[in-house]
Amino acid sequence: MKSGPGTSGLILNEPLLWEKGKKGRRGMSIPTSDVPEAVLDAGLTGAGPDFPDLSEIDIVRHYTRLSQWNFGVDTGMYPLGSCTMKYNPKINDKLAATPEIASAHPMLDDGSVQGTLQIMYELQKYLAAITGMDAVSLQPSAGAQGELAGMLVFAAYHRSRGSVRTKILIPDTAHGTNPASAALCGFRPVALKANAQGVLDVQAVADLMDDETAGIMLTNPNTLGIFETNIRQIADIVHAKGGLVYGDGANMNAIMGIVDIKKCGVDVMHLNLHKTFSTPHGGGGPGAGPVCVVRELERFLPVPRAVKDSEGYRLEFDRPESIGRVHGFHGNFSVLVRAWSYIRSMGPDNLKKASQLAVLNANYIKERLKKDLHLPYDRPCMHECVFSDLFQHENGVKTLDMAKRLIDHGYHPPTIYFPLVVPGAIMIEPTETECKEDIDLFIEVVQQVVAEAREKPELLLQAPVRTKLRRLDETQAARHPCLRG
Amino acid sequence: MKELSELEFPETIRYTEDHEWAAVDGDTVRIGVSDYAQDQLGDIVYVEMPEVGDMFEKGDEFGTLESVKAVSELYLPMGGEVVAVNELLLETPELINQEPYGSWIVEIRPTDPAEYDELMNAEDYIEMLRG
Repeated sequence: MKSGPGTSGLILNEPLLWEKGKKGRRGMSIPTSDVPEAVLDAGLTGAGPDFPDLSEIDIVRHYTRLSQWNFGVDTGMYPLGSCTMKYNPKINDKLAATPEIASAHPMLDDGSVQGTLQIMYELQKYLAAITGMDAVSLQPSAGAQGELAGMLVFAAYHRSRGSVRTKILIPDTAHGTNPASAALCGFRPVALKANAQGVLDVQAVADLMDDETAGIMLTNPNTLGIFETNIRQIADIVHAKGGLVYGDGANMNAIMGIVDIKKCGVDVMHLNLHKTFSTPHGGGGPGAGPVCVVRELERFLPVPRAVKDSEGYRLEFDRPESIGRVHGFHGNFSVLVRAWSYIRSMGPDNLKKASQLAVLNANYIKERLKKDLHLPYDRPCMHECVFSDLFQHENGVKTLDMAKRLIDHGYHPPTIYFPLVVPGAIMIEPTETECKEDIDLFIEVVQQVVAEAREKPELLLQAPVRTKLRRLDETQAARHPCLRG
Repeated sequence: MKELSELEFPETIRYTEDHEWAAVDGDTVRIGVSDYAQDQLGDIVYVEMPEVGDMFEKGDEFGTLESVKAVSELYLPMGGEVVAVNELLLETPELINQEPYGSWIVEIRPTDPAEYDELMNAEDYIEMLRG
């Protein structure tokens, strides 16, 4: 039997910064002051912040050790469903670090940053071409802010027509942040249930859509990893009642170059550059969630946008009907550069191929694991597949236990307990960047975990057992979080 | 998670499809979530409650339960005015896991007391859970 990459290696302990060091220890020597002391304003004096007393090597070792506890796509497979944890090619970082790009000051005038503006202008064009939408604003700084900007566009559109709309339809297979984004814009989310096939019923939409409803906010492919085949009919129903269609682009990695979003009837969509377009995920770094719209809604997009005229590229602010600013300056520009780099280095054919492989990989896993894990919706999936822990119930093993055991075997666990429509959900998204050999190994490891669940369930209840720290008390952490060092 | 036979469903109270329970206490009704609901949710870590004086209609969302797995909405089994909230749950939400039927979340004065009779009894609720 092959084993996964997991092992217990040389992993060093590391205390908090305040628990190490020694009073008086310092990281650098400051020369004695040669200016006369002066009396400071009382407001500027007093006890300073409580910095730990550390030397340079203390700090370097501290952060190096912490980094060794980390797990990322560069370390191993990270099949976190709904998050598209694809590999981020290093050329993206190389381009973003080019001094001409990285050092440009945000307050330089347009004439001095033509290259910067060209990248933004071209990225707007590429994202429009990939989605089929007409106009793009790169300003939103994350997926959820893209959703919020999109919902503000909904609100601005209805206001411009003197139409009062208080509700919005949101399927239970939409992304978890959708209801919050809509509610922030004053729309009351009305839940729509997916049918037995895991997709929306046209009739269910028709029954709920009325002239007080701003539209529908759906995710396609949805969070079950299934393509909403009735999207066009649903859009027609919503449009007939004066509503708009929001398409959450979180799952765009399944359909790049294959589906024309505008032809599906979608009016507004955001993209998560850190998912589909290989820019870094989180880790405290900035994100980007460009929002794409049809021509009729272009006037409401957040400002500024990059435009091109006979004199070159410039940022355009003069859009009186715009929802305004959602970010400063050029947006999270270094993220935009990485997405531009990815699109340029892939080209249209390879972007399409990436989606095809992402879908193929997910279906391969679904077919090979469906005897081991319960598959609630047994039909072709898109870029992710959703299992549940139903088969393991008889041994008292739950989704959480299997997820923890996968850590022992060297894998980041898949998304668990989401989507909510599947109790005990295990949502696996391999992405296109895992090769067949690595996917085969992952499948074998999941099968081993399933065998362990049958043969020695007590081991799974203890997992992880190879890690530096054992199973953490998530309940205690949520009830009594300790947020300070 | 437990089997249905391991869960308790008192016959003296009524239930909803969304797994809330309602219990008449004089002219007010106390609302909580069923043993099945707490078992499905897992360890509850936070309860978001309405304000005393808030008015709701039957089926309105009146709060949320946050567990280590997910956040779930709470729907009111009957319309009415909130006359009390169980503040004990703010600091000790685990009481819902420990005693789902002792841990009422809100107490309401129903607009239409007859709505109580429309709710499921224990037998019907168990039947629904069996599917």
